[in-house]
Amino acid sequence: MLGGEVIMKQRINVKINGVSYQHEVEPRLLLVHYLRDVVGLTGTHIGCETSICGACTVILNGAAVKSCTILAVQVNNGEILTVEGLASNGHLHPVQEGFWEKHGLQCGFCTPGMIMAGYQILQRNPNPTEEQIREGLEGNLCRCTGYQHIVEAIQYAAQKMGK
Amino acid sequence: MASTKLIGERIKRKEDPRLITGTSQYVDDIKLPNMHYVAFLRSIYAHAKINRIDVEEARKLPGVVAVLTAEDIKGVLKPMPCAGGVPDMHMTEHYPLSGGKVRFVGEAIAAVVATDRYVARDAVDLINVDYDPLPAVVDMEKALEKGAPLLYEEFGENRAFTWKIAGGDVDKALQEADRVVKLRLVNHRVAPIPLETRAVLAEYRASDGQLTVWSSTQIPHGLRTLVAVQLGLPENKVRAIAPEVGGGFGCKVDFYGEEVLIPYLAMKLKCPVKWVEGRRENLQATDHGRDQINYIEAAVKNDGTVTGLKVKVLSDMGAYLQLLTPAIPTLTGLMMTGPYKIPNAAMEVLGVYTNKMSTDAYRGAGRPEATYLLERTMDAVAAELKLDPAEVRRKNFVKPEEFPYKTATGLVYDSGNYQAALQKALDIVEYKKLRDEQKKLQEQGKYMGIGLSSYVEICAFGPSAATATGGWESATVRIEPTGKVTVLTGSSPHGQGQETTFAQIVAEGLGLTMDDVTVQHGDTAVVQYGIGTFGSRATAVGGTAVYMALQKVKEKAAKFAGHMLKVDPKTLVFEDGKVFAKENPAKSVTMLDVGQAAYLAKDLPPDTEPGLIATAFYEPSNFTYPFGTHVVVVDIDPETGEIKFRRYVAVDDCGNIINMLTVHGQVHGGIAQGLGQALYEEVVYDENGQLVTGSFMDYCVPKAHQLPKFELDYTVTPTNVNPLGAKGVGEAGTIGSTPAMVNAVVDAFAHLGVRNIDMPLKPEKIWKVIQEYGPKRPS
Repeated sequence: MLGGEVIMKQRINVKINGVSYQHEVEPRLLLVHYLRDVVGLTGTHIGCETSICGACTVILNGAAVKSCTILAVQVNNGEILTVEGLASNGHLHPVQEGFWEKHGLQCGFCTPGMIMAGYQILQRNPNPTEEQIREGLEGNLCRCTGYQHIVEAIQYAAQKMGK
Repeated sequence: MASTKLIGERIKRKEDPRLITGTSQYVDDIKLPNMHYVAFLRSIYAHAKINRIDVEEARKLPGVVAVLTAEDIKGVLKPMPCAGGVPDMHMTEHYPLSGGKVRFVGEAIAAVVATDRYVARDAVDLINVDYDPLPAVVDMEKALEKGAPLLYEEFGENRAFTWKIAGGDVDKALQEADRVVKLRLVNHRVAPIPLETRAVLAEYRASDGQLTVWSSTQIPHGLRTLVAVQLGLPENKVRAIAPEVGGGFGCKVDFYGEEVLIPYLAMKLKCPVKWVEGRRENLQATDHGRDQINYIEAAVKNDGTVTGLKVKVLSDMGAYLQLLTPAIPTLTGLMMTGPYKIPNAAMEVLGVYTNKMSTDAYRGAGRPEATYLLERTMDAVAAELKLDPAEVRRKNFVKPEEFPYKTATGLVYDSGNYQAALQKALDIVEYKKLRDEQKKLQEQGKYMGIGLSSYVEICAFGPSAATATGGWESATVRIEPTGKVTVLTGSSPHGQGQETTFAQIVAEGLGLTMDDVTVQHGDTAVVQYGIGTFGSRATAVGGTAVYMALQKVKEKAAKFAGHMLKVDPKTLVFEDGKVFAKENPAKSVTMLDVGQAAYLAKDLPPDTEPGLIATAFYEPSNFTYPFGTHVVVVDIDPETGEIKFRRYVAVDDCGNIINMLTVHGQVHGGIAQGLGQALYEEVVYDENGQLVTGSFMDYCVPKAHQLPKFELDYTVTPTNVNPLGAKGVGEAGTIGSTPAMVNAVVDAFAHLGVRNIDMPLKPEKIWKVIQEYGPKRPS
């Protein structure tokens, strides 16, 4: 279907970072474009559009997903957590804190996705080994850090959350 | 935070809060009213004649406001500039949109502007191009053969230029050598891959002719000048902004056709226009790096002394010359003797046109190539003479007492202690023990390799006379009426952390806290003209400009404080937020007092203007020459050829360190990219010039589990080129790592007679080496 033709828009209800939204969207609209262009949450980035780099990682109904390869209509009635929703009451989430403390970012472009992936890794395994963290980051590319400080950031968060 | 000692510490970055909360703004995050989107149609052929482009269907699609082809910009837009030309070269001409002939896959042919980014892409699919495919030239050696298809008939050859550099008498050295060690090395093509692709947004206000361009660039001021020149606009009506930039690695030092076309469209269509490059476009049409073939002849004495080095280089330009394309391999020539005293050296570089994307700056830009060919050569020399690779390096190093040292290629190295860095790295890995273990493992038929790479790099670009553009940098330090400080830097950091490191310099100098200082950059309407961030120059050159502006403003602040305290300004110290006379700390004023005195101006010191602002332009007297040694230790699986890291040790010397945390980060990231080239990454074009590695499925950027844990250490040999004593560290990791990695793998098989394996060292390649050179198994 081409953009100029009449496209039946579909209504979706989504809860993002605790806030409910209702929008009419084209069936082909990608979740990442919905988040960024429709809702205005630009913290989630697009790095490859082929679900490899992970810059677009968000948490959908409790699971980390690549929002560049999911349609917005697929998340109808779903709950999404993006990087903007991690901090609460002005307090950074321990994973965010870890990235700051351990210099887990440079240009910052992969960072929101990395943070969401780190968040998921710790949800599944609160006490991961270095190897498990590295394996857990398999779906996220970083070009700046060489990953070592990212691993340390997630270790920092694990320790902090375990306390 | 205590204010006194900040330089050299581990200081958390001021940039991070906005980046870890998703509240920063990259180009694609900016949304303007009535903004339109651009999508490009790009060539699917590497080499083809375009007979006809049919855009009618695309134009008819609702939501499409314009479709442009080469016809529409003919006589309107100028050819794209190249600032890095070398003498006697065949200069190419290319435009933001190509008609007539296309010369690489991904070359832009048409641009669609639409109200929606999806519609723009739909419309691209409706454009029909009638091509006559032509034979493509992909391989440089074949491109130089007689009868090869020509990219430019008018040149009569695919050679772009021949560039030479020489010192001493290399042919005599080769004649008189005990041995001549020869190598042919392929330093293959890789892609820079910033995680944020290129992106351009432009807005034009016709009422007063004001154009604003946002671009993911490393050189906002250069961009402003180039946009003004290309579009024939007064430069003071153009504002360029590099907002948050998601990595550059050299490929955003360039000036691309899209950076002219998007502003042009915004002016023509009278609406804001945005283009964000897709990853496939990025792999097709953003500068690639490296891509050299080196033919090496080293003149050596039996004791391992290298007396001469002669190298012929084929350097792939791609199809067109971008801003600095031809200049990149000249850096390989300048740095060809590295940390060694090689009195006779000569390099001949042949620039070659092929049907591929242009090469240009990629982290290290010509210097990783120099270090690679030299460090591979040192290992080959050691293997030929059955000497220890560390010993061969030691024997040839420039000695600490020989600095400043003039190389055969005419450079003057500022300072160095190559022996100390090598020794430290060897001590950390317990080198002697490793070599003993390696012998034992070899007897058991196991493969373990130890790779060394000692490098020196040319950084802090650089004296203006020796650079393609100006080589200085600018800074303004402004103490505001409330005593808070704003720093404006001409550097344009995009991940390096200068909002933090420059604040450290200023806060320490004025006795303030990190929170008291804010660093701004990247907006030509805010910051005085600057050069930008590349060539490991931001700290050494940009930081020095900050330091100089700081001294000026501090002197003036002292005048105000001295006047208030009724003491000689020269006796004042700035500490813990206060200014006071050394001998009388009890009597002090704060920076707030000083700011108010300077701006309220009720009681000015004699001969003093109101205000507290100083700008400095720092012109470096020389480059700086950071150095170090990296060591890689690997075990190789004899069954699969898989490489298992045992150690990665880097001892770098970047002179004085401003922030230990960010220096670690720079080295880590550099090593990762260097290892990426050595092990995984490769831009592959097939024999027809089709790009095979057009997505992250095929172009392998290393992942977390594919990289080792890095063990870093430093030696500190300050430079005397600048008052900070800092040399720069952005490219060190990339330069040191690649040859160390390859040397380690080749070393694992050196006892079997293996002298070279070309990158990337994928398991199947290693497996083949094992099959060919290893013990033959009963079949």
